[in-house]
Amino acid sequence: MTSEAGPMGPMGSDILHVDMDAFFAAVTLLGRPELRGQPVIIGGGPRGVVLSATYEARAYGVHSAMPLARARRLCPSALVLPPERDRYQEVSRRVMAVLRDVTPLVAPLSVDEAFLDVSGARRLFGTPVEIARMIRARVLADEGLTCSVGVAPTMFVAKIASTRCKPDGLLVVPPGDVLAFLHPLPTSALWGVGRATEAALDRLGLRTIGDIADCPLLTLRHALGDAAAQHLHALAHGRDERAVDPDTTEVSVSAEHTLSVDVAEADQLARELLRLSGQVARRLRARGRATRTVGIKIRFADFTTVTRARTLREPTDVSQEIYRTALALFREAGIAGRAVRLVGVRAANLTEAGATGHQLAIDERPAAWSQLDRATDAAGHRFGAGAVAPASLLPRQPPPPRAPKPHNP
Amino acid sequence: MRFRVERDEFTEAVAWTARSLPSRTATAAQQQVLTGLLLDASGPGLVVAAFDYEVAAQAKLEATISEEGRALAPGKMLAEITKQLPAAPVEVWTEGNGLVIACGNARFTLRTMPVEEYPALPPLPPITGYIEGGAFGAAVSQVAVAAGRDDTLPVLTGVRLEIEGDVLTLAATDRYRLAVRTLKWRPESPDAAGVALIPARTLLDTARSLSGGSVEVAIALGTGPSGEALAGFAGNGRQTTTRLVDGQFPPYRKLLPDSCPLIAAVEKAPLLEAVKRVALVAPKTAPVKLAFTEDHLELEAGSNGGEAQASETLPSTYSGPDLAVAFNPAYLQDALNAIDSDQVEFGFASADDAEVAAKKPAILTGKGAGEGEAPDYRYLLMPIQLNG
Repeated sequence: MTSEAGPMGPMGSDILHVDMDAFFAAVTLLGRPELRGQPVIIGGGPRGVVLSATYEARAYGVHSAMPLARARRLCPSALVLPPERDRYQEVSRRVMAVLRDVTPLVAPLSVDEAFLDVSGARRLFGTPVEIARMIRARVLADEGLTCSVGVAPTMFVAKIASTRCKPDGLLVVPPGDVLAFLHPLPTSALWGVGRATEAALDRLGLRTIGDIADCPLLTLRHALGDAAAQHLHALAHGRDERAVDPDTTEVSVSAEHTLSVDVAEADQLARELLRLSGQVARRLRARGRATRTVGIKIRFADFTTVTRARTLREPTDVSQEIYRTALALFREAGIAGRAVRLVGVRAANLTEAGATGHQLAIDERPAAWSQLDRATDAAGHRFGAGAVAPASLLPRQPPPPRAPKPHNP
Repeated sequence: MRFRVERDEFTEAVAWTARSLPSRTATAAQQQVLTGLLLDASGPGLVVAAFDYEVAAQAKLEATISEEGRALAPGKMLAEITKQLPAAPVEVWTEGNGLVIACGNARFTLRTMPVEEYPALPPLPPITGYIEGGAFGAAVSQVAVAAGRDDTLPVLTGVRLEIEGDVLTLAATDRYRLAVRTLKWRPESPDAAGVALIPARTLLDTARSLSGGSVEVAIALGTGPSGEALAGFAGNGRQTTTRLVDGQFPPYRKLLPDSCPLIAAVEKAPLLEAVKRVALVAPKTAPVKLAFTEDHLELEAGSNGGEAQASETLPSTYSGPDLAVAFNPAYLQDALNAIDSDQVEFGFASADDAEVAAKKPAILTGKGAGEGEAPDYRYLLMPIQLNG
């Protein structure tokens, strides 16, 4: 399927999302040409899930991340082959090199997909549409592989466009058509809408992206939390302020811990959040990054999971700030008293640390937490991680002495 | 019900009240009547009203009433229709379950909503005093800019209005800046006193709509029919009552010193232009740095290693230690827009320790207050502490 704009291409649709078609399966088939046209599934590994499948297998309802057993039931005739990770990496490197020939502004999302900002490449290579065609032709000629390309003014629309034109397609969404393109699509087409969010939206009667756009922000907030509501609302209106940044391949830093026994006591869970917040903040500081969006993940004893996230008014790498946000999210989630199995803290929306400074508030003294963190990090370097830690993370009971202490009179 | 009104007056009254209609989708089914605009021709004159249980807006206008009565019309639709009416007198009447609007050769019939289900509008509390609309509108604009917009801190989304005899004091803060304005008014009683925390957006909307011409605005603080605290504003045939914001406004007076030990004065208009220019390179909440040296002010934004950098130098009246302080450019622009003076003065907390001065709040005021006289508008701005 190919739908294209005129020869000049639309002004302002400068973002390309390049997505290899059934990448693992297609690469494997390069070495097994006799299997072409047959349903093939790449899978295996300890958890036995589908990693990739040819379009012939997908026709039976097989898709990636599905348990292998289920895929076999859906498509008994499919041949299941083990993944060849080294070859995938190698081909991926060459494909990314093709993309980097066009522009340095390439942000790989994974081995088989990447965003490109081609606004600066027009002079050299022509309109974004022409560039997209050139990339598809080169990948096919050099590697014998097909890819699908979405061309749009923003990253998330480009990604949706590439998904909608798969396989072996090119879909251009000019700026003026973004809303007309988005609004009829189901909510699940939006980035960040998984099954749980889709169900929450469905309960509000919101089935299309257009429904989200028309829904008052307040209603969304109640159903999804602040950060997710803001995010989806902006996307539904076609707004996505992220730029293709080759440096932000690391999109988040997170730490999670499965408790040795299920815990319902709020104080103990708060201490766990404190410890994880400290870990996340330390990793951010080690990388010179700061986070604007702090999230928590709570998995209950029955394996149901809730996540909550909040965007801060300014980026931070301060342990205490991340902890304070995580704790607030935990309290607002209204899950007190339930037995928890796993706790996680996530820092996303990363930026360069130290770029912005800290806005002081009228009811705040210049914070010392940041200095405390630097001192803790320094002590950790000298004496090992955990040399200095918040007092509430010390063991509650002193460990039993190994030998009775000699008693000095 | 049947009445005849001037087209423009009717259109304005409907458009003004329609702004207080609750948004359609946010309204629960049992509150459907609130999406209607009330047309009350029980006389004398016609009252158009909207109410969302928080804010009630009523506009009164002259009308020739030939048959008294009340009707509830779909609000958004009525507002859309009146906007497009031709320039001719408007005749409005009820006909069964319909409301007919005839104007020139145009004729509309709207299905009415059950007017008997419409809640009683809160009456205006007893009037506390009067103020000239233009002055009130300007003062509210100066202060409301500092109010918080974060619904998780509701107290800060209000403007605190305090009455002490013939002095009104308005204050608002979002924790990062604090704007305070004092102005004279005419209280009904010389020892009038009261405090109300009024939703900033409602107050700003109301004050602006009453600021035209030489409108005398009546301010009324009191309680509504079910004992809830209310503030009312009336003038020019328009009347708004609003529920107050619950909670305790932060004690702010102690944050405002009687005088500042170190003052820098800068021409306001050139400074505002310069801030706008250098802020172009400061992403979102990134700071603009102000470096004060003897008689000069250098503005700087962006970073050397970053994407872009900008700087600009202006003359200033300053004699103190070299002082570098960073502010959020949007907050700084808000202050400069709000200050009604050719010159702006930055008051700092220390005359000899530049580091202290760069961490403590700066007090921005206009020039012109006499010796020993506190300026009537003060904007306290918290600096941004730079890392490293």
